[in-house]
Amino acid sequence: MGAAEMLDTLSPVETPEGIELGLRLAGPLPRMLAWLIDAIIRFAMLYGLALGLSLLGTFGVGMLLLTGFFLEWLYPVAFEMLMDGQTIGKRALGVRVLCDDATPVTLSASVLRNLLRAVDFMPLFYGLGVAVMLSNGAFQRLGDLAAGTLVVYVDRPRGRDTLPSAPPLAPPVALTAEEQQALIAFAERLRELSPERAQELAALAGPLGPGGAPPTPERLVRFANWLAGSP
Amino acid sequence: MKQNLFRSRHEQTWETLEAVLAKDAPEALRTRFPRLYRQVCQHLAVARTRLYSGRLIQRLEHLVLAGHQRLYGSARQHRGRLAGFFARDFPVAVRREWRLVLLSALVFYLPLTAMLVAPQIDPDMVYTVLDADMVHDIESMYEPGEARIGESRGADSDVLMFAFYAYHNTGIGFRAFAGGLLFGVGALFSLAFNGLFIGAVAGHLVRIGYGGTFWPFVAGHSALELTAVVLCGAGGLRLGLALLAPGRYSRRHALRRAASRAVPIVGGAAAMFFLAAFVEGFWSSMAFVPAPLKYAVGLALWTLVTVYFLFQGRSHGH
Repeated sequence: MGAAEMLDTLSPVETPEGIELGLRLAGPLPRMLAWLIDAIIRFAMLYGLALGLSLLGTFGVGMLLLTGFFLEWLYPVAFEMLMDGQTIGKRALGVRVLCDDATPVTLSASVLRNLLRAVDFMPLFYGLGVAVMLSNGAFQRLGDLAAGTLVVYVDRPRGRDTLPSAPPLAPPVALTAEEQQALIAFAERLRELSPERAQELAALAGPLGPGGAPPTPERLVRFANWLAGSP
Repeated sequence: MKQNLFRSRHEQTWETLEAVLAKDAPEALRTRFPRLYRQVCQHLAVARTRLYSGRLIQRLEHLVLAGHQRLYGSARQHRGRLAGFFARDFPVAVRREWRLVLLSALVFYLPLTAMLVAPQIDPDMVYTVLDADMVHDIESMYEPGEARIGESRGADSDVLMFAFYAYHNTGIGFRAFAGGLLFGVGALFSLAFNGLFIGAVAGHLVRIGYGGTFWPFVAGHSALELTAVVLCGAGGLRLGLALLAPGRYSRRHALRRAASRAVPIVGGAAAMFFLAAFVEGFWSSMAFVPAPLKYAVGLALWTLVTVYFLFQGRSHGH
């Protein structure tokens, strides 16, 4: 296991095709923030309705109680089913609920994880839920454990996967596969790095510059183009 | 093979898969999906072993994850499932847990009966469960001669009472279920406490001679409401038991198996709570309906509930 895997909160899921997919788990903090956003939305909805329904007398109060019931227990279920495992708060934080085999959350799993909130909430403000989350490897609260669900970041492909074009140049020494991969990755990320940071990183490559000097970023991009097989 | 050659050779396939995964993909494309998906899976495996760059692998991973979710995600049709649930799944799930339902019923009805009897022997026993204010409130709700029973408001409050019962009772049921996760203790406590509470109310009202208004009031919705409490408790006990005695499974695995058995029970019980609240709000509170008719309806509902859970859905096999 490399250092990256030990530091990262990637949860591996093997598909039937024998492909291992890494799900990026969301920890307690983003989930609390998502919950907070949802709580504010729910409170605002209830408050707005209370203003409107109070004109209708006891009938209105009755409707308010029913709405309160649905907001308390079924708001997350409804959103998780209709919005690909995301409530409004989860969408704002870029996380979503998945089954632990990386498939979309099912109705029964969503109902379960949201009913069991009542226990996770104990004794105060998700004390038990957070304790359980931190004690297993996948940040699952009790409801998640029972339902077999994970809360993960929605992975968006970042940036273009093409290299900046430069005339290919063969590296002066033979490079291992990992070194080659690192060079290409550096070239792909170059557009997002500040020039100073690019210099710093390029210097780490060792004596790949002319005459054993540290290489410039431009030179590394030329190596990368050669390694990737650019014409 | 160099990365760029690999990319240019397969770029077309990846873009086609992206198009297929788009929400409004044409039918003709969708039939090609499984084959395309497996091709891209293979590309990802190749790209990883050849240590192609992170960006390329990320892009393929993203495609494969989306494809995986499309291919293996539950594409279940929800239409018609609701009828099937009440015709088969719900009663079957309850029968499957008959032992726990029985245990849950005992933990609920024994304290209930005890507190029903206790005030007849010693009138002060009611104060072991209820405080003086509550006793006073309950007495005023069931005072004989009121136009509406079980509440102290006018007729337009039927909706309010329905909503209150639905909100309050279903919440109790859900919490009893969730409490089962605390090694069953929460569910047991909830069952026993609610049993004591209901028993104390009934026992006290009977002792002071309000039975004539109380029994007809509760007759109608009792079957649905009390059974739903017992079922939620049983669902909670199922979770607790999985943690206490996981058998040959790990506790995590046992819990998941238990949960999938308990969910239909609790879902069905929630529907029963709503039905009970409906009966309680709109039927039970009608004071002008003669008591014998209320008892008859109550008896009919008890029979219906019993027959439903004993026999419904048996013909469908396992």
